[in-house]
Amino acid sequence: MRKFSVEQGLVLPLDRANVDTDFIIPKQFLKSIKRTGFGVNLFDEHRYLDKGEPDSDNSKRPLNPDFVLNQPRYKGCKILLARDNFGCGSSREHAPWALDDYGFRVVIAPSFADIFLNNCFKNGLLPIVVNQENISELFRDTQANEGYSLTVDLAEQTVTRPDDSVIAFEVDSFRKNCLLNGLDDIGLTLEEADTIKAFEDKWRQKSPWYFANASV
Amino acid sequence: MSGKTLYDKIWDAHLVSQREDGTSLIYIDRHLIHEVTSPQAFEGLRLAGRLPWRADANFATPDHNIPTTKSERDQGLEGIKDPVSKIQVTTLDNNCDEFNIFELKMTDMRQGIVHVVGPEQGATLPGMSIVCGDSHTSTHGALGALAHGIGTSEVEHVLATQCLMQKKMKNMRVQVNGLLKPGVTAKDMVLAIIGRIGTAGGTGCTIEFAGDAVMALSIEGRMTVCNMAIEAGARAGLIAVDQSTIDYIEGRPFAPKGEVWQMAVQAWKQLVSDPGAHFDEIVELEAADIEPQVTWGTSPEMVASINGSIPIITDENDPIRRESISLALDYMGLTGGTSIKDIKLDCIFIGSCTNSRIEDLREAAKVVEGKKVAATVEVAMVVPGSGLVKQQAEAEGLDKIFIAAGLEWREPGCSMCLAMNSDQLGDGKHCASTSNRNFEGRQGFGGRTHLVSPAMAAAAAIHGHFVDVRDFT
Ligand code: SF4
Repeated sequence: MRKFSVEQGLVLPLDRANVDTDFIIPKQFLKSIKRTGFGVNLFDEHRYLDKGEPDSDNSKRPLNPDFVLNQPRYKGCKILLARDNFGCGSSREHAPWALDDYGFRVVIAPSFADIFLNNCFKNGLLPIVVNQENISELFRDTQANEGYSLTVDLAEQTVTRPDDSVIAFEVDSFRKNCLLNGLDDIGLTLEEADTIKAFEDKWRQKSPWYFANASV
Repeated sequence: MSGKTLYDKIWDAHLVSQREDGTSLIYIDRHLIHEVTSPQAFEGLRLAGRLPWRADANFATPDHNIPTTKSERDQGLEGIKDPVSKIQVTTLDNNCDEFNIFELKMTDMRQGIVHVVGPEQGATLPGMSIVCGDSHTSTHGALGALAHGIGTSEVEHVLATQCLMQKKMKNMRVQVNGLLKPGVTAKDMVLAIIGRIGTAGGTGCTIEFAGDAVMALSIEGRMTVCNMAIEAGARAGLIAVDQSTIDYIEGRPFAPKGEVWQMAVQAWKQLVSDPGAHFDEIVELEAADIEPQVTWGTSPEMVASINGSIPIITDENDPIRRESISLALDYMGLTGGTSIKDIKLDCIFIGSCTNSRIEDLREAAKVVEGKKVAATVEVAMVVPGSGLVKQQAEAEGLDKIFIAAGLEWREPGCSMCLAMNSDQLGDGKHCASTSNRNFEGRQGFGGRTHLVSPAMAAAAAIHGHFVDVRDFT
């Protein structure tokens, strides 16, 4: 996994609560068997005026000029500012893949859906929970100031605003460590292979019915 | 020491190890697999030169992408017109063959939606820990299993290690007291719960659904309720084990037999929350207050009872909610104050892992029997959840009732629940759907979804607009 230490970048304000995974990446793009290439279809139904298909030539599609991502002032944005319950809906990891592929490294919101939050950490994308008051200020400042950018320091657990004021955030210590060091979860778990085997043997003895094969 | 909740019990039984900060390794008994969220996980496994930890814990079937018309299905894999979908389905077949994983292939008559097929085959057992790369894995909690959706990285993690890395969630109990009124179903119950607690109400929790109204439901009804736990923000929903659970499982292909069955049943009877167990949150509803429900917006919490009306934006004080309602009404092409019964329908979809089991089809068939779908309804289809549900329905003559009334009778799959195959809701069209999500574009680009029970969808098919099914049965 890619390491995460400090990210500095332009902020995109997506002023809408309950942004679901269909909003982030519509299902027709889930047919891919790859992990990459989803960025051009991030927010597809809002970003373009027509309906996109996996084989569409996206450079020829009409853009929705009203959608915030298409406004020139946000070109190159890396930090997504969102509202409550961001990422609700399906478990599709294509949602963080699309955000990541587009170039986002951080999502800041007052709350996230559980599975989405988890999927972000697995892909080197940092979700940050910030209280409503700070979120409202960030929305206001981002919208009011062109080129508004933030610096996110994971080791320090801080978001620094252009005026140098700081918002501190919480992050699970295990996940923080994995992100900072780019650790692979599977590798980590397999270090405990003996413990897993021992557990499995005991469990099999205690509850053999979970290990029975089907009579099919 | 106070007692344990059902969630505590299953969690503790599966705890392999725990770090100081609470991050835990949880052993996984059953891993369900479908074609959409698994290819990248198998690819990861191959790239790292790893093998599945325990191939026999996995159970696969393709469902999201596959066609549901008979003429397409009769052609086998060749019947999948969309080449990208076809690659996904064949990739699943190849991965399962390569890694020796049990799969009900598209051409197997037992194939179907993974959350319908798992319990039907007895691959879902009480007290199991179950995961699947699909958020509606919560469905399996109806049988007293701890079941939740995971992302693709976790699919790979479970394949490789038979464990999931997780922190324990909070305990929430949603208690529905009393009994549902006649004509009010499990779907109405769960929509009413979501309307009450909101789509983020269960975030960070495992919800145990309890109370007389819940325990009076059939196993099918309990699955409908747990299916939508995720729509209330909870990764997992649970219901205590009782005699109905045990009766449902007995004799299914993957269920234990003989002496082992007896031992298992003894163990499963402990799968209830102890009296006095601590819940971090408790919500109570009175079953008698629940009327048939219809969603009017683009989130399952945007729901009203059949006799209600669409909210008026200016009545809402919270600015963020006001904005959400306004966006939703815009998308839905609806006006605040309109009564629910005045919403006209272009399409009817009866299916999905929420409501495509035999009981759902029986309820819908009862409503349409001897009647005709309204002329204004352009598409009305019934998509059974599995090949075995389809077979059972046909044995009972339900297919004939649907066809005579003017509904299409399809082959099993996810179909228009998320429209990854060619079953798509048209732009701007309103659909009465028995599925679980009414998000923008969910059933097709520009499509407008109203979530309802099978009986309510069937009644809407006949009238062309929503009606209170209780007035017509
Ligand atoms: S029926 Fe719908 S919700 Fe259920 S698994 Fe299929 S796509 Fe997902």
